[in-house]
Amino acid sequence: MAVAEGAVRPAKASWFYDARVRAVVYQVVMAGSVVFFFAWLTNNTLANLEQRGISSGFEFLNHPAGFGITFSLIEVSEASPYKRVFLVGVLNTLFVSAIGVVLATLLGFTLGVMRLSKNFIISRLAAVYLETFRNVPLLLQMLFWYTGVMLAFPTVRDAIIISDNVYLSIRGLNYPSIVPEPGFMAIPIAFVVGIVATIIMRKLVKRRRDATGQDFPTVWVGIGLVVGLPVLAALVTGLPWSRDIPELRGFNFRGGSVVIPEFMALLLALSMYTAAFIGEIVRAGIQAVSHGQSEAAHALGVKPSTTLRLVIIPQAMRIIIPPLISQYLNLVKNSSLAPVIGYQEITHLWAGTVLNQSGQALECMAMIMATYCVISLSISGIMNWYNARVALVER
Amino acid sequence: MSQIDYGETQAVFTPRPDLPPPAATVGVLGWVRANLVPNWFNAVITLVGLGVIYYIVSGLLTWAVFDAHFAGNSRQACKPNVNIVMDKVATTGILPDGTTLQLETTAARVAVPEGVSPNVRWERRIEPRPQRVAGGRYARVAVEEDHIIEGACWVFIFVRFDQFIYGFYPKDERWRPTVVIGVGLLLIFYMLTDGLPHRGRVAMFLLLPFPVIAYFMFSGGVLGLEYVSNDKWGGLLLTIIISSVAITGALPLGIALALGRRSVMPIIRWFCIVVIEFFRSVPMITILFMAMVVLPLFLPPGTVFDQLLRVLIGVTIFIAAYTAEVVRGGLQALPKGQYEAADALGLGYFKMMRLIILPQALRIMIPAIVSLFIGIFKDTTLVQIVGLNDLLTMMQLGVADAEWTGLSKEGYVVCGLIFFLFCFSMSRYSMYLERKLHTGH
Amino acid sequence: MKNTAILALGVGAAMFATAAYAGTVDDIKKRGELICGVTTGLAGFAAPNDKGEWAGFDVDVCRAVAAGVLGDSMKVKFVPTTGKSRFPALQSGEVDMLARNTTWTFDRDVKLGFEFAGVNFYDGQGFMVRKDLGVKSAMELDGATVCVTTGSTTELNLGDFFRANNMKYVPVVFEKSDEIRAGYIAGRCDAYTTDRSGLAAQRSQMPNPDAHVVLPEVISKEPLGPLVRHGDNQWGDVVRWTLNVMIIAEEKGLTAANVGGMLGSTNDPEVKRLLGGEGEYGARLGLSNDWAMNIIKQVGNYGESYERNIGPNTPVKLARGVNGPWNKGGILYSPPFR
Repeated sequence: MAVAEGAVRPAKASWFYDARVRAVVYQVVMAGSVVFFFAWLTNNTLANLEQRGISSGFEFLNHPAGFGITFSLIEVSEASPYKRVFLVGVLNTLFVSAIGVVLATLLGFTLGVMRLSKNFIISRLAAVYLETFRNVPLLLQMLFWYTGVMLAFPTVRDAIIISDNVYLSIRGLNYPSIVPEPGFMAIPIAFVVGIVATIIMRKLVKRRRDATGQDFPTVWVGIGLVVGLPVLAALVTGLPWSRDIPELRGFNFRGGSVVIPEFMALLLALSMYTAAFIGEIVRAGIQAVSHGQSEAAHALGVKPSTTLRLVIIPQAMRIIIPPLISQYLNLVKNSSLAPVIGYQEITHLWAGTVLNQSGQALECMAMIMATYCVISLSISGIMNWYNARVALVER
Repeated sequence: MSQIDYGETQAVFTPRPDLPPPAATVGVLGWVRANLVPNWFNAVITLVGLGVIYYIVSGLLTWAVFDAHFAGNSRQACKPNVNIVMDKVATTGILPDGTTLQLETTAARVAVPEGVSPNVRWERRIEPRPQRVAGGRYARVAVEEDHIIEGACWVFIFVRFDQFIYGFYPKDERWRPTVVIGVGLLLIFYMLTDGLPHRGRVAMFLLLPFPVIAYFMFSGGVLGLEYVSNDKWGGLLLTIIISSVAITGALPLGIALALGRRSVMPIIRWFCIVVIEFFRSVPMITILFMAMVVLPLFLPPGTVFDQLLRVLIGVTIFIAAYTAEVVRGGLQALPKGQYEAADALGLGYFKMMRLIILPQALRIMIPAIVSLFIGIFKDTTLVQIVGLNDLLTMMQLGVADAEWTGLSKEGYVVCGLIFFLFCFSMSRYSMYLERKLHTGH
Repeated sequence: MKNTAILALGVGAAMFATAAYAGTVDDIKKRGELICGVTTGLAGFAAPNDKGEWAGFDVDVCRAVAAGVLGDSMKVKFVPTTGKSRFPALQSGEVDMLARNTTWTFDRDVKLGFEFAGVNFYDGQGFMVRKDLGVKSAMELDGATVCVTTGSTTELNLGDFFRANNMKYVPVVFEKSDEIRAGYIAGRCDAYTTDRSGLAAQRSQMPNPDAHVVLPEVISKEPLGPLVRHGDNQWGDVVRWTLNVMIIAEEKGLTAANVGGMLGSTNDPEVKRLLGGEGEYGARLGLSNDWAMNIIKQVGNYGESYERNIGPNTPVKLARGVNGPWNKGGILYSPPFR
């Protein structure tokens, strides 16, 4: 059979030119070199570790850390093990990133809208902001906020009194903290109930609107539910909290809560820098919605505010969201510059302090990289999900 | 049916000249009306905006120009008037506002009103709490030196400027980097200007022999040039070196990764995806840490690696991942017909890429690559974390000098300005290119 | 088992892995230059001077080794290292030795695979505060904010001290000493803690050094000394005995000025052995016989180096204290040279 077929065919090109054979060869070579490369790395590393007498492994995570941490969201002390310190670092990173994302979004959208304003002064002001903050390195901005602004605040003794029991000094912003008393849990529960109720209401309203065309002020009622229910709960339970007031005793303010200047500087720098990029994205997104869309809505007799809400924004958002999310991702990654101004997030704690204290360079770097990979992949996962959801369904 | 006679109509249409537009919509007044005060709300916003501008500009001018010190060559030049005022108070016992010293006051702690001298303005602060001293209580009227509101000390910048630009590069050899960077810039402009002959060759020259020549010019040791070890390279020079090397190295690497990512061979595709996504999802600082702390572990025992080289390798691979995504964008933007046409001509993969696809894709990508370069240029400031002395670090070293402590504001402003000038002009250039490319299609 | 498996995988790796460790002394001689890791800049200990040359007490150790090995104290390349990069730099062979206020501890000596060549400065961790705070003792620091360098033993000692005394503190943590100094001057923290020598050096860099006071408590032992990699004993001996030569020279009254004529005039057999007049002591280290002579002539004895860089007449203003010769109330004691 095979012989007969071969006889019919024209002179066969050398196997060398067969695309399938080539593909196999290339891939085998590739896989081989990758395996060889990693084997080489592993071999070197093992030799180095042995020569330097470094023991590898993750047992060190259970050893007590022994050093103090300036700012932590969870309870931590010198006696806490390294793994607790790791958790503190991850939480600190997420904390500053989360607040930074919110601030950057608010500021960025404001700037983007300002940039498009017909008011000459306002649009120029926004343009100057966008260009300045985009074109100066973030690290420099961070140092400026920290050494130029935060460290220039007065000492605790001369603290600026912002309002009753709120003080601003070089040690940070001291404010009264709220100490929950029995019954306090009712408030967050009411908040959650408010959110759930709003979501359900939205679904019902949509169904009714689709069926009967009757509209309903969803937004206002929703705000009323989310804000009103917790307030109501607080009043019913009789304001179940007390305040812990900061007081100047000895070297520092005691009591209350404090926002440390390192955090403020990092947050300001991150959100103002990212806002400049977001502003540009928002401007481009709104401009990309064709003029005909708003004119068409106008011709249909739709109110300008409704046009904005139902025609412009949904279309602009489709363009804005993907780059916006990659800016969020950048913000998270940029929070790793914190070591320079002394805010203890994951890079500072893990690559700066623990790596040195424990000597486990490989393990520490691997853990940091894995952390950032997980954060980044989750964010891009969300982005892909959103993209799939809002993708234009062509009919 | 009755008939109606309309008669002869003699009316002839005689156009009248157009009325001029209402006075309020043209000229300066019209512009102001349309752009600044179309309605009450906008008028208020305009006023607020003007107020903000006035506040920022006047504050900045006072600090940077009116109250600033320009002449001199030491810190002393920036604080001449403080001492004069203090001497006067210490000898006469009369405060500059005319009141007599009644409380215990030393020369270092005196109250001086605002506007005493043209160059120094004082802030009056009265300590709210009585201070206890030996012998009793007294209210201290204190103005400490730290609280002087003072203009900028540009003397610091003038004295240190050479270091900001060249780092510790020997004085007599500084013409070398200047020449190399000048020539490099000229070549880049030549390459990017339309319609000049041999642009492709210039590009090849920039990509291959030029970095080698530049290296020997920088480090010397050949042709009678004095050897300058790379720990002396610093300042803006180092910033430019790192960012240019990174982009030059990242381009070929990024193209390879991008092509690999679009390959039909699964192993190669997955390898490229993993590499690209990994480097894109970690911050650059971790790559620098890796280059510094972990890379020596990965190499055969006893291998010694230059610190700058390690950083360059790390940054280049890092940027290559981003370049790959830019290239992928460029490749995707090409119409499918181009690929099909190349296939139809019977071109092989590499010929197709080299002759048809990449030349077009790279042209589309230039604006994105410029933006990428701006990003690298700014990110170079991170190398201070691994102990290289870039522009920002040189400025910080200057402020760390006991003579110039406390002048970080001046340093940050100047560094910011230098970075701004570079990045802003590059971003304008990339926008110009983008417009040009759009009209081309 | 695991190792051999990986070896089998990495076929060509052996080629690289055998890039052997030759004798460090030979390497240095071949290179004509000693590569010495120092700090990124600590006044009096290691910092570039106005002319851009490195100078300081730690730098002198490097210069002494270069004088002993190469006969020229100027043939040194200084590599500035941070608290983080110092150990990898030495481990990877990027530097031949570290002379960079590094505390001699068990773990560093044993686990990290280093060899400490002795102690060139007996230090201890202390606290510095602003004078106008009125604090007289570290025990009064309860509730204070303390500035500290990250990744150092200092950070751990700080935690131990406050825990042991049942006091509270807020750490403020930076990577570089410049950053800490800026923060401390601005008032971000009440106290600044590091080795007392470091405190003195930092104080000398402040606009108004007299406004700050170092508190009397010493909360840790910090013997600082030069160190080399494990595994090259000859090299370790060279560095160890270079340091000892400087200490013996002070004990015997040999100075840079008088050492040239000493060989002819002295009757002290130990001095004769030291300066190469008797025996082949230099050769036993693989060096020339006038190695010690070169060290003393070019760098000076321990006391001279101390007075020149960090003594009471320098801006750093450190009294000799325990860092004096054993026969003058200090604890510097070199083994006999025989």
